[in-house]
Amino acid sequence: MSEILIRQAALLGGPKSDLAIKDGMFVDPVDLDPSARGTQLIDGEGLVALPGLVDLHTHLRQPGMEQAETVLSGSQAAAAGGFTAVFAMANTQPVADSVGVTDMVHRLGQEAGYVDVRPIGAVSKGLAGEELAGIAGMAGGTAKVRVFSDDGHCVSDSLLMRRALEYVGTFGGVIAQHAQDPRLTEDAQINEGALSSRLGLAGWPAVAEEAIIARDILLAEYTGSRLHLCHLSTKGSVDIVREAKAKGARITAEVTPHHLLLTEELTASFNPLYKVNPPLRQDDDVQALREAVADGTIDIVATDHAPHPSESKECAFDEGAFGMLGLEVALSVVQKALIEPGHLDWSGVARVLSQTPAHIGGLAGYDNPLTVGAPAHLTLVDPAALKDVQMRYTRSGNNPYGHLQLPGEVRHTFFRGVHTLADGRIVPADELPGVAK
Amino acid sequence: MNHLLGTDTLSREEAVSLLDSAKEFARVADQKMPKLPALRAVTVVNLFFEDSTRTRLSFEAAAKKLSADVITFQGQGSSLSKGESLKDTAQTLEAMGAKVVVVRHASSGAAHRLAHSGWLSSSVVNAGDGTHQHPTQALLDAYTLRERLYGENAAGVGLDGVSVAIVGDVAHSRVARSNVHLLHLLGAQVTLVAPRTLAPKGIDSWPVNYDHDFDRVLNAGPDAVMMLRVQRERMRGSYFPSPREYTKHFALSEDRFAALPEHTLVMHPGPMNRGVEISSVAADSPRSTILDQVTNGVWVRMAVLYQVSRGGQTA
Ligand SMILES: [Zn+2]
Repeated sequence: MSEILIRQAALLGGPKSDLAIKDGMFVDPVDLDPSARGTQLIDGEGLVALPGLVDLHTHLRQPGMEQAETVLSGSQAAAAGGFTAVFAMANTQPVADSVGVTDMVHRLGQEAGYVDVRPIGAVSKGLAGEELAGIAGMAGGTAKVRVFSDDGHCVSDSLLMRRALEYVGTFGGVIAQHAQDPRLTEDAQINEGALSSRLGLAGWPAVAEEAIIARDILLAEYTGSRLHLCHLSTKGSVDIVREAKAKGARITAEVTPHHLLLTEELTASFNPLYKVNPPLRQDDDVQALREAVADGTIDIVATDHAPHPSESKECAFDEGAFGMLGLEVALSVVQKALIEPGHLDWSGVARVLSQTPAHIGGLAGYDNPLTVGAPAHLTLVDPAALKDVQMRYTRSGNNPYGHLQLPGEVRHTFFRGVHTLADGRIVPADELPGVAK
Repeated sequence: MNHLLGTDTLSREEAVSLLDSAKEFARVADQKMPKLPALRAVTVVNLFFEDSTRTRLSFEAAAKKLSADVITFQGQGSSLSKGESLKDTAQTLEAMGAKVVVVRHASSGAAHRLAHSGWLSSSVVNAGDGTHQHPTQALLDAYTLRERLYGENAAGVGLDGVSVAIVGDVAHSRVARSNVHLLHLLGAQVTLVAPRTLAPKGIDSWPVNYDHDFDRVLNAGPDAVMMLRVQRERMRGSYFPSPREYTKHFALSEDRFAALPEHTLVMHPGPMNRGVEISSVAADSPRSTILDQVTNGVWVRMAVLYQVSRGGQTA
């Protein structure tokens, strides 16, 4: 296996140092011979070295909706965004509610070879919210599923949520909840408020998220199980989570890049590109979410990468699909929304986009980033670059950032020492070493 | 004015000029002259994804009186609306050389999408989109009010100081939304009357008064009372306990009509649910403008089609 020497990159944005990779692990640079044949040299000058990013919330669409994304195309988009692991949501067709599907998704990820694809198992059969899915089987399969979620749907039935929390605890798992009271959001299109009234689009009230979050925190405390709250979008949700954590609740929470940057005003264009669930909210929600990441109330940033073919956005607003792309641009959005205003530094980014999501998802190898002996999951980013916000590797075109210029560009990604993104370009699949095709 | 998508983008000058232009068309076209040549060789496409016979007929009549070539697609049965995307539809219309597209759609913002997505270079007129806007309805309402109040002196004036109560399911009404903007623009004072369940979220930021007590509003003696249609499906949505209870509190009943001041006009965009939101006595009285509204709709739509077909130029 090749040896790689990265010269003078800023580790976690701190002091410049050399990094050496050998046999998929970080090694001491003095143990590498830079003049040896086959040793790859990378000039890290001006680049920030981060641990490989981990996305706890990705939709890869395979099986069933391969025209929107496949495990391979999504893996490439992930590597292009600096990710080395993604957790793939269960709302595929068929739903990932049994070990057959989760093990298949895991295997497709291994075959693609760009990132660790960790399947998320459904909480309920068919995401129907009625009966528990085959949680034990999925946990015991080769994919060793640890995260369970009906994402796209809320586990709204209180009793099923209680049972899911209790049952998943048996396997060291976590329930990731998409908090949305279905009755309060029937036909909902955008954030409920003066704007939804003016546009005549049905409103998605903040309380529909906050009410479920409050209930689930109580259920998690009662059952003693782990709860992860997906894509917080409102100031009220932040307040509830902050209060619960102060009281010692064992919960974790995430926010998406788009909820950290974009606001509901964009929907006044009636363009479904800006249609997402939960919806884009208002400026004070965005500010509250940013502050919550800074103070640790929100533990991680997760993309909710939701690919859709273009035709599902070239229509009237209420006919459009919910969802936005995220993998290829997440780090740039985080740089703009969290680093530039001073909410986080790069080591904070490593925490919210790598270490903590890996920890929540039960993924080993991310605890001691960039240290000798750790698996070589590495992302090199040029924070001074200006990114043209093009999505180059996903199969879909639902990019909500096209009107923006964003800072920062991922230049290199290494997954277990394998160079997956080189000088900003994805390494072709047939050039990845050691992968059975 | 390239498009007419809502009343919220009109200026007062544009609105008054449209009403004046409608008055001109009413004067000329009423004099047994079958057709004016203004839109000769212009193709107007009526694209009705959602059924509305009265609005469609009104636009057809307006376009024909201006000598336009009129093509109508309507309902779920037409190939244009069957599973075809808005973008495909737009490109089909472009290929037909449509100069003006009149669109009615169940989705809020559909007309806006057609006008601003770069799929189509035609002018777009919104003939009602979801619960968003129905600008020609608001224009014909304003026109009707102005004619009733000022008659021969109506040209050039707005509705300054006129008080209008709009009553009923405001939250789901594109007619109410369009009227709120336009009446405010023209200087009228608008009071919305609805149960809290049917008042739009954020109503406090609208340029209107809000009241849930219809009798109190009527006691103030408004110049016009505009009754909104209650959609049948709302009755099952727990917006109010029963049609009977709604009628008791929010209908223009015989008793309420009898207690109205002499001068108060009664308006309704139609079609009416007689006995639900409006009593027949009120609907059929000489103070009702309901049939005037239908007639005036043609003049107003002539003015709109004429204006947008001339693009950015003012009439
Ligand atoms: Zn979700």
